[in-house]
Amino acid sequence: MALDRWIALVLLGICLAYGYAAWFTMDGSLAPFMRRNPIWPSTFPKMLSVLGIIATLFILIGAEKSGPKEADIDYRRLHEYHLGQALILLALMVVYALSLRPMGFLISTSLFLILGSFTLGERKWHIMVPVALIATVFVWYLVQEVLGIYMRPLPGFLGG
Amino acid sequence: MLEGLLIGLTTALSVQNLLMVIAGCLIGTFIGMLPGLGPMSIIAIMIPVAISMGDPSAALILLAGVYYGAIFGGSTSSILLNAPGVAGTVASSFDGYPMARQGKAGKALTIAAIASFAGGTLGALLLMIFAPALSSVALLFHSAEYFALMVVGLSAIAAFAGTGQVAKAMIMTILGLIMATVGEGALFNLPRFTMGIMDLQSGFGFITLAMAMFALPEALFLVLKPKNLQGGDGDIKDLRISRSEARAIAPVIGRQSLQGFFIGVLPGAGATIASFLGYAVERNIAPKAEQDEFGKGSIKGLAAPETANNAACTGSFVPLLTLGIPGSGTTAILLGALIALNVTPGPRLMVDDPQIFWAVIMSMFIGNLVLLILNLPLIPYIAKVLAVPRNYLIPFILFFTLMGAYIGQNNATELLLLVGFGICATALKFADYPLAPLLIGFILGGMMEDNFARSMQLYDGVAFIWERPMTLALLVIAAILVVLPSYRARRARARDAGIADGD
Repeated sequence: MALDRWIALVLLGICLAYGYAAWFTMDGSLAPFMRRNPIWPSTFPKMLSVLGIIATLFILIGAEKSGPKEADIDYRRLHEYHLGQALILLALMVVYALSLRPMGFLISTSLFLILGSFTLGERKWHIMVPVALIATVFVWYLVQEVLGIYMRPLPGFLGG
Repeated sequence: MLEGLLIGLTTALSVQNLLMVIAGCLIGTFIGMLPGLGPMSIIAIMIPVAISMGDPSAALILLAGVYYGAIFGGSTSSILLNAPGVAGTVASSFDGYPMARQGKAGKALTIAAIASFAGGTLGALLLMIFAPALSSVALLFHSAEYFALMVVGLSAIAAFAGTGQVAKAMIMTILGLIMATVGEGALFNLPRFTMGIMDLQSGFGFITLAMAMFALPEALFLVLKPKNLQGGDGDIKDLRISRSEARAIAPVIGRQSLQGFFIGVLPGAGATIASFLGYAVERNIAPKAEQDEFGKGSIKGLAAPETANNAACTGSFVPLLTLGIPGSGTTAILLGALIALNVTPGPRLMVDDPQIFWAVIMSMFIGNLVLLILNLPLIPYIAKVLAVPRNYLIPFILFFTLMGAYIGQNNATELLLLVGFGICATALKFADYPLAPLLIGFILGGMMEDNFARSMQLYDGVAFIWERPMTLALLVIAAILVVLPSYRARRARARDAGIADGD
């Protein structure tokens, strides 16, 4: 089964769960006076769930043939691309998300930028580190001073 | 109207807004030139900046400038590298790249710039004429018609956008609508589908979703399969065109401005379709001798798609500004930005906030002028800068997407959501599911449900569907659009390898 039909299957699952919530569980908590309303919070989701199930089934049974064609990236040959780099970058993003608060903006951002370029094969430390540091401080200044959004610059134990 | 023009002119000519236009055009040109990064990614990345400026006219001017710049930059890389940065400029590479290989890169860029300028300017003129007329009609619409119009818009997007696979686009649209129902609706004040997670109480963040749908997958694709940026040797000289060449492309520009504009107005049919159609039409009506030139460096073949895609970009603002219904991914993002700034685009926009409406139109003229006189001479230098930095560029793009999601919500959970959605979006992109309909559905979802609910309450049930003939007619059109499987083959062929979804 091709990837697009697997995805359709997953989406069908989502639509079914969503539809179950809309049709069977949501209305229970509805206040009595709202029941007299012609439209309930679940009305629109009910319609959507039905439409979604129909559309996903349409792909699942293969009613719409996708012609063979040259895609930008063929997922069947994913391992031939720089999959490792992409995964490391994604992991870096998650680490960055988790470390932004505890480590402070300046340290985590510089590390993210440096490690990001490093992952992509950059080895010129004398360019990489200054670029990352300058960009970090510049963005921090922009966000903090110009846009006026607070971001903790330093780790907590340094009083950031 | 004259009064409006003056209001717009004074707003658009303020120092701040002029800077916004110039900055937007430059940023857009720069990023649009990078193959693989479409205007939607750039605009998504720019939104946090635009929103935190707090001034809706300035924000819209900035984002519109980025949009033009991106299309302009996309055509530059089509011509110089045969690597279109944007789907709407693929057709420009048919004749632009052969010209560049013949050593006429400078001339090709000038023609592209002039054609873009003319297309954009004429488009803005048409916008000035049609938008007020359309919005005075739109003031007669009721909730029921708005609901129906949105259904029409969404089904048109599903029918035309993406890869010609209507069912896939339908699924994505519905998924977007489903995601819009998560969180507290304005109408009911009840949390829905939050699964008890507090962070979902206010729904999914629009910026997060926009970044995850466009910027992140495009950046990941660049990581997975590096695009070759070589080819611009910097020998861009001789930017002049001769008088006879100018005379040859003038009628092409005239025709394609009109055609491109009206294609751009249609929901779902944006710059990409306009440019391909423009190219095809001009080839068919050209004299026999010139027809053979097409594909080998014809100046008409370059001017046609360039004019059409810019006119279509302008045209796509018509439904956004008059009905508040975006017809393309880019305008959907703009709509989201406007809503975040407490401006509701729609027929009331011209009455309530005339300075925004007119300032945007005026800034279109200024933006096109900026592109012509400022960016064109800079192109050789920008092209050189492009040779540098993939290793630096990608971490920065990722960082900006993270930052954008973070400063919007000030919440680290948002970043994890961004990464999660980004991975899902990449998988969807692998399987050729179009992503723009999802975002458009997400943005329209709330408004659509509100209008639906209002008409349900007014008519005490679904009677409004058959009691209001216009609603019924619109819904029938929507049904036809979904069922009618035309355009499929054309779009499938039009989507070439290595191109970001354009509009």
